Amino acid sequence: MTAVESSVVPTEVVRRRGYGRWVAIAVLVVLAAAPLFLAPFATTTLSRVLVFALFAVSLDLLVGVTGLPSLGHAAYFGSGAYAAGWVSIHVTAEAPVPLLVGAGVGALAAALTGWITVRSAGVFFLMLTLAIGELVGQVANTWESVTGGANGLTGIPAVRVAGEPLANAGFTYWYVLLVFVLGFALVWVVARSPFGDALRGIRDNEPRMRALGYSTSLYKYAVFVLAGGVAGVAGSLLVAQQRLVSTADVGFLISSLMLLAVVIGGAGSLWGACLGAALVVVVRDALGPTLDGHGPLVLGVVFVAVVYLLPRGAAGLLRRRS
Amino acid sequence: MLVSILNGFAIGFLLFILAVGLSLVFGMMDVLNLAHGALFLLGAYLGATLAGSWGGFLGALGLAALGGLVAGVLLSLMTEPLRKRSHLDQALLTLGVALIAAELLIIVFGDDPLSAAAPPGLDGSVSVLGAVYPTYRLLIIVIGAVLALAVYLVVDRTRVGALVRATVADREMVATLGIDNRLVKGAVFAVGSVLATVAGVLGGPIYGARPGLDATVLILALVVVVIGGLGSVRGALVGALVIGQIDTVGRVLLPDFASFVLFGALALVLVLRPQGLFGTRAVAR
Repeated sequence: MTAVESSVVPTEVVRRRGYGRWVAIAVLVVLAAAPLFLAPFATTTLSRVLVFALFAVSLDLLVGVTGLPSLGHAAYFGSGAYAAGWVSIHVTAEAPVPLLVGAGVGALAAALTGWITVRSAGVFFLMLTLAIGELVGQVANTWESVTGGANGLTGIPAVRVAGEPLANAGFTYWYVLLVFVLGFALVWVVARSPFGDALRGIRDNEPRMRALGYSTSLYKYAVFVLAGGVAGVAGSLLVAQQRLVSTADVGFLISSLMLLAVVIGGAGSLWGACLGAALVVVVRDALGPTLDGHGPLVLGVVFVAVVYLLPRGAAGLLRRRS
Repeated sequence: MLVSILNGFAIGFLLFILAVGLSLVFGMMDVLNLAHGALFLLGAYLGATLAGSWGGFLGALGLAALGGLVAGVLLSLMTEPLRKRSHLDQALLTLGVALIAAELLIIVFGDDPLSAAAPPGLDGSVSVLGAVYPTYRLLIIVIGAVLALAVYLVVDRTRVGALVRATVADREMVATLGIDNRLVKGAVFAVGSVLATVAGVLGGPIYGARPGLDATVLILALVVVVIGGLGSVRGALVGALVIGQIDTVGRVLLPDFASFVLFGALALVLVLRPQGLFGTRAVAR
């Protein structure tokens, strides 16, 4: 505990623990029962919310917990999605396989690119992740034999559990929910662990952490790879849900939308990231068709408004580093 | 091959005109202007709509420069309240502006790709060392080289340039000398934005104008800045010429994997020199 600078966080945690657990259980019960009383379309939308919530949670591990503002996290989400889709088509769609492949490829992509990005800090980190994310997007666009190019990867079979394909929106939803809960729990445990304390220490005062003997770049690299793996899992869930991957799922817009979700939700709070993702997905899906395809215009206005009106959301992520 | 190399120079000089403003604003004020690509696209659309005659071409250049000037001053004013806040805030703000600008451009110019014509007399080809080469691209090389030289001389040889370099090196010290930071920032932002829109008009006949082009050129400019080192005019020039060559020759040699080659170059430079080839400020600590 000595590594954590602020004493505010622990007391807040203690205060919340009393009823927080019951709220979490109630939310979980409602989520689990949702397909029983929701229309199939609403169930599908809720599945999408969970997919992007897991993505946002993995991004929040970087942005909120460690103070690494990535603008290219969709690279790992997309890598995981393409890998899960490819393996479902060409090898097997049997339940844990696409998931594990998505996680592995997401983590691998993060491991290959992370050793460049984590060496930098602040605005340079933003820029490098942005450039890498965009370059991965271009690879998805040009490597047609594997990714289907601009048409995307189509004809992905439904996930199979014990040989049975999950044909129904409700079953798919439960699959997504189960994996989401596991992924969320993993990130939650990591954020609560001594490792997570070290990450928050790096966010708040990296030179001090280094002086204390922590190899900060190793910690940052580890969390970058972990976040890439979780994003890859979210990508494989996207495949299970929409059975299609396109270059739009790897692109810069998704990265920035999810960053917006994390910032709206209050960076560092995993629940907040989920709520932010829900807001962004619902707003985009609900407003997109009614606005004649000018959704990005609204989102741009939201970005500007959030920066000016919600400074506490974004503040404190990056203390002065130079 | 010679044609590819010449193309590499044409694209390299275009990238320099685009990237130098990004690099200076970034190096001086730590503002990552993600709307920089949208400025290029504005110029490209103006060029595609107006060019085709000399009057139209020059008119497009003038309008684009005016638009860049207004946009640069506006962006400088908008990012001013965020000076004390995190880099992420500035990035999110300029990202929002970029999204809005790109949508407005689609509303005004439609979402079909437009192609821009070179001005009359320049739409033919000439023979260069035995190869047939488009005249217009040769002109881009010349204009780019002249602009690069001009920017370099202004920054390297004049008092104004000395001020700019001093601000890159040590912002606080310049402020202590009683020089208004906001004025320097606004001026550099305006000049950088004008260069970006002008690059858009010049690049129109090469890239055309289409939705999504803003992101593509923004990434190329960012890679140029990373490779060259932030805040350095020489770095922007060398970085742009290197990326120009990689982007064209790489595309010819390895059509499927040009992006990998680009990333490889980026990785190589960052491993050998984390601050970029001509970087003045430490990046990693």
